Amino acid sequence: MTAIDLKDLTISYSSVPVVHGANFSVADGESFALVGESGSGKSTILKAISGLNDEWTGEIKLFGEKIDPKNRTDISRITQMVFQDPYGSLHPRKTVDTILNEPLAIHGIKDDGTRVLEMLSAVGLDKRYRFRYPHQMSGGQRQRVAIARALMIKPKLLLLDEPTSALDVSVQAEILNLLKKLRKEQNLTFLLVTHDLPVASFLCDRLAVMKGGEIVEIASREQMTKGELKAEYSNELLGVHAQKLGA
Amino acid sequence: MKLSSEWLLTDSPETKGQALAGRAWRMWLALLGNPLAITGLVIVVALVLVSAFAPWIAPYSPIGQDLENRLLPPSWAHWMGTDELGRDIFSRVVYGSRLTLMIVLLVAAISAPVGLILGAISGYFGGWVDKFIMGVTDIFLSMPKLIMALAFVAALGPGIENAIIAIAITAWPAYARIARAETLTFRKAEFIDAIKLQGASPWRIIFNHVLPLCTSSMIVRVTLDMAGIILTAAGLGFLGLGAQPPLPEWGAMISRGRNFILDQWWVATMPGFAIIVVSLGFCFLGDGLRDILDPKNEGKS
Repeated sequence: MTAIDLKDLTISYSSVPVVHGANFSVADGESFALVGESGSGKSTILKAISGLNDEWTGEIKLFGEKIDPKNRTDISRITQMVFQDPYGSLHPRKTVDTILNEPLAIHGIKDDGTRVLEMLSAVGLDKRYRFRYPHQMSGGQRQRVAIARALMIKPKLLLLDEPTSALDVSVQAEILNLLKKLRKEQNLTFLLVTHDLPVASFLCDRLAVMKGGEIVEIASREQMTKGELKAEYSNELLGVHAQKLGA
Repeated sequence: MKLSSEWLLTDSPETKGQALAGRAWRMWLALLGNPLAITGLVIVVALVLVSAFAPWIAPYSPIGQDLENRLLPPSWAHWMGTDELGRDIFSRVVYGSRLTLMIVLLVAAISAPVGLILGAISGYFGGWVDKFIMGVTDIFLSMPKLIMALAFVAALGPGIENAIIAIAITAWPAYARIARAETLTFRKAEFIDAIKLQGASPWRIIFNHVLPLCTSSMIVRVTLDMAGIILTAAGLGFLGLGAQPPLPEWGAMISRGRNFILDQWWVATMPGFAIIVVSLGFCFLGDGLRDILDPKNEGKS
């Protein structure tokens, strides 16, 4: 079964199209990356799938179910999102416990707190963090909370919007390892947006390279690591990263 | 469980209650470090205590007349002198604190929630909802508060209840404006997006996630406004549209004292003094609360 199926997806901001006719599909349990420079429209696709932007035409199917942009059914139990900035994505006046319980409350799931403790240990946070406020934690710890929140109601698809780019390099590796571990344990499908090719190759099976709102190339991880990308722009992007690593 | 400052200030509270208590304790410590706010707090607490224990504090009845002792200057028997009907002004000021406190609390309890909720709705939904609600608040804001309160009291009939209603009607639009402005600043924030993606309804988002963020600036604003509310109530009382005789309302007392202001200054001055002290108390406290509740200060120790 396909987890995500996009056909001819065109997305606009205030009637200006920014993504032109994107097509790709992601299999259930697969991990797929959208890579490109800023402004290439990769986050826009994520927003359209999640429902934060409803100004799009074309077709989005999630697990075989068609999504209507204007009249969407609640897909929150199927898919959840982890945002880029862990400093902005957690409510500043709520404790970790309240933040994690909110999704359960919204979906009317009764729980005596075991799910919260379970998720805290799954994301590698000690239970003494349970009643802290976000400002009493570091960026990496906040991002762990955000990941825990996204997984509270056991979604099948996780949308990751540059989940590590706002973090320190040492913390980035921890979060990436955590995401890899969680995907294996909970059999998740990932759609990752990143401008960082090494991150994509670490976490994903396939990737789509985007430029100026269009998908230039879809390739597998092997193709990328062996340097067998076909499109000129993809190699350019790869070259930039090679230079950065060499310097 | 031992209540100690270590328990309150711990970095890793074990229960929800401890986390809340810790937050309150940190605010209390911040308040203690602000002498002006403490002055305000002392005045406000004194106002509450005086009105609660008025019958025990006041040496005379607030309405008992004693025509032989009219217009006496301040003395040991009558700390603030007596008025034109021989009533002890100190006792009247003490009992008047009850009216003042009642007016302030009722106006705040009516107008703050109304303004807060309307403002949050307006800011969160935007579009024509926003235009409509803000249009109404603009109409209210375009008229001076006291004049509008006067018009409402004149329409409703004089009396303290109507004065309260009239002041509440004039007070809510300012709160709606603030709540809307605050809501707009984080309507597009990622934590609101995150809640949306969890499937929360707009009402749940407004009441559980938006309003808690507006309340601190609202508390500050209401505290600062209380001085204005007291003055408006006193103004209505002075004009004879608020509390009616023989109620010892401070504004009405000044109004009666106006006739003797040159020869018997204490009749008007004493209640005026009470109004100034209490208004300043609320202003100081509001200023202090603003420093403490400002989200920008949070996290800094």
